[in-house]
Amino acid sequence: MVGTLAGASLGTAVSCKTEGEGPAVEQSAVSADEEKLYGRIPSELERDKRIMDSVYLNEHELATIAVLCDIILPATDTAGSAVEAKVPEFVEFIVKDIPSHQLPMRGGLMWLDIESNKRFNMVFQDCKNDQQIAIIEDIAYPDPDNKKPEMGPGIKFFNLMRNLTLTGYYTTEMGFKDLGYVGNSPNFWDGVPPEVLAEHDVDYEEEWLAKCVDQTKREVTAEWDDDGNLLT
Amino acid sequence: MQIIESPKMYDAIIVGSGAGGGMATKILADAGLKVALVEAGSFFDPKDEATRTQLKFPWQSPRRGASSTRAFGDFDMSWGDWKVDGEPYTNKGDTNFFWWRARMLGGRTNHWGRISLRFGPDDFKHKDIDGLGENWPIGYDDIKPYYDRLDKLVGVFGSKEGLPNDPDGFFLPPPKPRLHELYYIKGARKAGVRVIPSRLSILTKRINNERGVCFYCSQCGRSCSMYADFSAGSCLVFPAMKGGQVDLYTDSMVRTVTTDKEGRATGVSYINKEDRKEYQLKGKVVVLGASACSTARILLNSKSSQHPNGLGNSSDVVGRYLHDSTGSSRGAFVPALMNRKTYNEDGVGGMHVYSPWWLDNKKLDFPRGYHLEIWGGLGMPSYGFGFNVTEMNKYIGGDIGGYGTKLREDVKRFYGATMGIAGRGEAIARYENRCEIDPNVVDQYGIPVLRFDYKWSDYERNQAKHMQQTFEEIFDAMGAEVMGETPGADKDYGLAAPGQIIHEVGTTRMGDNPKTSVTNSWSQLHDADNVFIVDAGPFVSQADKNCTWTIMALSMRTSEHIIEELKKMNL
Repeated sequence: MVGTLAGASLGTAVSCKTEGEGPAVEQSAVSADEEKLYGRIPSELERDKRIMDSVYLNEHELATIAVLCDIILPATDTAGSAVEAKVPEFVEFIVKDIPSHQLPMRGGLMWLDIESNKRFNMVFQDCKNDQQIAIIEDIAYPDPDNKKPEMGPGIKFFNLMRNLTLTGYYTTEMGFKDLGYVGNSPNFWDGVPPEVLAEHDVDYEEEWLAKCVDQTKREVTAEWDDDGNLLT
Repeated sequence: MQIIESPKMYDAIIVGSGAGGGMATKILADAGLKVALVEAGSFFDPKDEATRTQLKFPWQSPRRGASSTRAFGDFDMSWGDWKVDGEPYTNKGDTNFFWWRARMLGGRTNHWGRISLRFGPDDFKHKDIDGLGENWPIGYDDIKPYYDRLDKLVGVFGSKEGLPNDPDGFFLPPPKPRLHELYYIKGARKAGVRVIPSRLSILTKRINNERGVCFYCSQCGRSCSMYADFSAGSCLVFPAMKGGQVDLYTDSMVRTVTTDKEGRATGVSYINKEDRKEYQLKGKVVVLGASACSTARILLNSKSSQHPNGLGNSSDVVGRYLHDSTGSSRGAFVPALMNRKTYNEDGVGGMHVYSPWWLDNKKLDFPRGYHLEIWGGLGMPSYGFGFNVTEMNKYIGGDIGGYGTKLREDVKRFYGATMGIAGRGEAIARYENRCEIDPNVVDQYGIPVLRFDYKWSDYERNQAKHMQQTFEEIFDAMGAEVMGETPGADKDYGLAAPGQIIHEVGTTRMGDNPKTSVTNSWSQLHDADNVFIVDAGPFVSQADKNCTWTIMALSMRTSEHIIEELKKMNL
């Protein structure tokens, strides 16, 4: 046998169907196992496993990260907190996946404990909430006039922590709900909803719309005349 | 190590299963030829659940889609990117060419942008206009019938506009613009820039019963499990295989084209990546569609006493005239899009509107045009979402930094309020810009690798400078705030490094003169009449149009020429 002789399979099994008109589109139920699959090839599965099996941040560092995550995104009346969205677990993984985050994360956490020890004779994690907030207030905003030069490393670290927390949070189901992202599902795009368009200083022109797809004819096979005019 | 020869005699051996090789497979197999399709990557079907990324959510990836495993992110459907394990390439001196390879059936067509633009009449004869580069030996009228058939066979949406150098075709209807695109239309027109519906090979309407219709997930870059976007595997190779005429060899890395005493091709020699042994296939015709640079590499590595400088390279032109599209881009904040009501705005995979080149270069300090592509909208968050979001407050006098409730408000205020424009332009093909064999480096299969040597000229730099001016004029006219500093001369005006736009073409250019070109106007080697090239190698120039539609139209034309010549017993 030379090479690999593979046959084409043209089955119809897909995870969604779009028969009929209108938005009657279904997605099949996804099992817990499938949920974990994201289309990896063997070398990528190996890389993921290698990363997951390795350890970088220690328990104290992760506990401090959890405190910071919930200061950055605490729960609201309608949305869970960053810890509830498992952001610390994401941070634990991503610093191993993107090693350039490691030193800024580890050094920043240490800087925070040193600062906390200076002020309150305790590591950050063990401080009371108002003590923690007192430090955070000093590093959560930029300092363009260099009024607090000794806070520089803390500001830089908090920016990293804020970035990773936001990304970790808004890439979860909880984050999607809070943000209002409702895509990634089969649908028939038929333009900006009229009530949204009404709030804006732009509109669809008749001439432009006349060129656009008529979603009621999407399943009708295309035919043209010899000049390229669509007949169906 | 013994070379293992197959006793089978193929009518045609096709190397590479992307846009060019896929089309050749379809045309030749449908005509009843016995075809071997040899692909360096693995088997891939967008329907395969094990490898599907379409409709996956970011939380299904532990890195939330970050680019640490795949260069364009976890969900991008390309196995291989700027780097392929064990298959390096090098750059000469301080040059820095980027080369993207997708090691899979269908190649880069599994993740490409689906932008499907015909070259216009001027694009084939641009030397007549500005004296630069070289004219193609064919013109628009030679290729038009193939573009027409391609539109119907593969499907492309667009609109009839009657623009002289952006020819219309047989279009499916385009989708309606998104909200930021409506703002772009208004601003661009105010700045004197034409805007029309984009032209993408995505099925907004059924074209046959084998392929589905777009369901607007915007993820063509992940390859469509419904086959509603064009990928060479799902739309050309699989249908071609139904007739039983195609033997598909995957994980098979072609090393050389083998030749006989007369210098004609006898087949190919390849390494099976699984057992790491060398095999040979025999065929009457060899069709190279490995990609412009991979095909040049195979030819240059195919040295023999009849072809001492490499197969097809008596002119020393193989690898030369390599050129990529130019690219420069910019982002902006659109205050009118703050605090948006959210709704599903995914749309198709890519822009719904674009701007074809609208100016006359005679009045400008650069010779060739560019078109404008745009991005924006209520996209799905992935790794990087929310990074530095509070800095957007500088545009509205708000506080930068913060946490808690204030931070959540910032995220929602600025979600969907940024957009960007990218210019994609034509570079001049130059003799000096080339890929050649690195004399000292081999890949893990022992095959000598490519070394690139490519530099931009002021033609491209001045064009990028003009792009930046255009971006700022359009954003100003939209009432948008341009983000970041204008890239200056020190940064080549934001001009992307060569190769980064992934439109590399021209390495085996066609022409009537065998001393200055590699193939004739049928993409047939001057030096070996049974070897044809169906990737972007034969491009003499590449217009400011993305190259895929022209690769496929030319491949169709060349493949039918092969059938005719075989019938006439000329091959």
